[in-house]
Amino acid sequence: MSALMDILASAGLWAAVLRIATPLILGTLGALLCERSGVLNLGIEGIMTFGAMIGWLAVYNGADLWTGILVAAVAGGVFGFLHAVLTVTLGLSQHVSGLGVTLFASSFSYYVFRLMVPVAGTPPTVEPFQPIAIPGLSDLPFFGPAFFTQTPPTYLAILIALILAYVIFRTPLGLAIRMAGENPHAAEAQGINPMAVRYGAVIAGSALMGVGGAFLTLSAFNSFFPTMVQGRGWICIALVVFASWRPGRALLGALLFAFFDGFQLRLQTALNGAVPYQLFLMIPYILSIVALAVMARRARVPQALMQPYRRGER
Amino acid sequence: MRFERREHRPAALVIATPVIAVIAALAVAGVLIAFAGAPVLTAYWKILTGAFGSRLSTTETLTRAAPLMLTGLAAAIAFRARLWNIGAEGQFYFGAIAVAAASAHLFGGLPSLLQIPILFVVGAIAGMVLLLFPLWLRLRFSVDEVVTTLLLNFVAILFVSMLIDGVLKDPTAFGWPQSEAVADAARLPKLLARSRLHIGLAIAVVLALVVHFVQSRTVFGLQSRAAGLNPAGAGFAGVPLARTLVIVAMMSGGLAGLAGAIEVMGVKGYVTTDLSPGYGYSGIVVAMLANLNPLGVVLAALFTAIMFVGADGMSRSMGIPTYIADVTVALSLISMLIAVFFTQYRISR
Repeated sequence: MSALMDILASAGLWAAVLRIATPLILGTLGALLCERSGVLNLGIEGIMTFGAMIGWLAVYNGADLWTGILVAAVAGGVFGFLHAVLTVTLGLSQHVSGLGVTLFASSFSYYVFRLMVPVAGTPPTVEPFQPIAIPGLSDLPFFGPAFFTQTPPTYLAILIALILAYVIFRTPLGLAIRMAGENPHAAEAQGINPMAVRYGAVIAGSALMGVGGAFLTLSAFNSFFPTMVQGRGWICIALVVFASWRPGRALLGALLFAFFDGFQLRLQTALNGAVPYQLFLMIPYILSIVALAVMARRARVPQALMQPYRRGER
Repeated sequence: MRFERREHRPAALVIATPVIAVIAALAVAGVLIAFAGAPVLTAYWKILTGAFGSRLSTTETLTRAAPLMLTGLAAAIAFRARLWNIGAEGQFYFGAIAVAAASAHLFGGLPSLLQIPILFVVGAIAGMVLLLFPLWLRLRFSVDEVVTTLLLNFVAILFVSMLIDGVLKDPTAFGWPQSEAVADAARLPKLLARSRLHIGLAIAVVLALVVHFVQSRTVFGLQSRAAGLNPAGAGFAGVPLARTLVIVAMMSGGLAGLAGAIEVMGVKGYVTTDLSPGYGYSGIVVAMLANLNPLGVVLAALFTAIMFVGADGMSRSMGIPTYIADVTVALSLISMLIAVFFTQYRISR
């Protein structure tokens, strides 16, 4: 029991929570933005993989870290464009198109990585983002090292969550996005082009997913290896439902989720092999399923989610 | 650009669709091969000879096609009823580990003629169980099964990893995490001597015929299709929706579990966590390439197996990453989606 308390009281746990949460925050916000406009984007897992690879590759070839993040965002946007062509212009099944984008983006990542980086005994690394202590706040006892000594992309992710919450609920643009996702016919009647809105939302959302992936290789770790995204994209899709399609709750959901993940990692070390490690690794996936089961009925789904919009067709 | 629905779908176009889609995918993949600085046509020729150039490679391609046919059928059956089973990978591993456990601890002493059919049933049931749980979540809590089946893939593989590192670990494997082997009597007979090709291929083809018959000639086949095309309408017409979905899930999960069982009993004899090079996910592509037609699945699985086996050989001699096979297969899924769209719609002037 005291071991549990020790873990909970360590600043290291809470610092890790924010670190683990960052890719989830970015991915969940990206998926949320797509879904608010009416498009489910199951390309997320592959887009995060590609963002992780291309961001890392850019930095490995001499670009600075922020350029790496930008490259990942642009690449994510390109895959978002592909998904939008399939689901918005052609109105194809969003499930299958998304899976297609994921399969393509992840295998393409591995292909490019293998082509550009020769096989080596130890994977090549880059110099990742260093934690920045926020002046003043980082001197606070406990809270300082726990929350205010993070790498820049983590602060950026939290900032984006706040901005997105503002844009979606307080601006005309946000209203247009929500209308495209709730009732595209009504949006059209108001002079809004739902297809253009959906394109924009899917491209921007996918860019966020790409950045979420790049955080893994440019901040959390310093190298790329296949299958490193490990289902984080799918967890983000579950978190969107858990968050009821609200950016603020998405932030909280990702943090809660990361808390359990960070906690299980430390518990695993504390228990020292008494319980098979695989059981701990299962926790994030099982938690996501539980979160879905609890929230699915209560959450308010965008009414036109997964419904293609074709002008003049009902 | 605007599209209008075609009044009728030309039969020739429908048949040509997968061919066009595959050619388009190969063309795009060709750009990637050229980008790697290799002659494209030579690379494709090497893929073809790598898949069929010798007796060994031909039997290897056919051996690879068998599990792809089964996971492809699993996806095709489910998708036709709009049950989005993306969990074939996990169901495959469940079937595999169930068979290894059952043969090593329960039925190992039985003769082949008895043991093999029993193990098939065990593997299929294990796959079913893993799909019935997300279906229950959908029917009871309206949880989208796409996400839950995807997440369960990770849970299933971790579960298998735990078992083969724990209670089912083979004590004679020098510490490597692998399961105890199935009994010799559980090994599938070979189709061809001196090769890895086993009767799993024949089983898969027969099952494709059975599924085709069920879907096109039985009441249940009609009901499952109606449930997918228009659930509300089907329910109104008296189709028992929940029951139909449960049976569809049992068939789909069962086939994916059977794929795992057959792979263990036919090829390796034991389970490791790299038993499947993504058979479950490739099954989705196979099903879509076949346009969800069970007989088309046989051909689509062959194409996919050719790409994977052929790319291995091509990669060794030309220095192009084997991932080009995965890229091509994924691209053919996307181009198939687009091609199918244009059999239903045309660009309006």
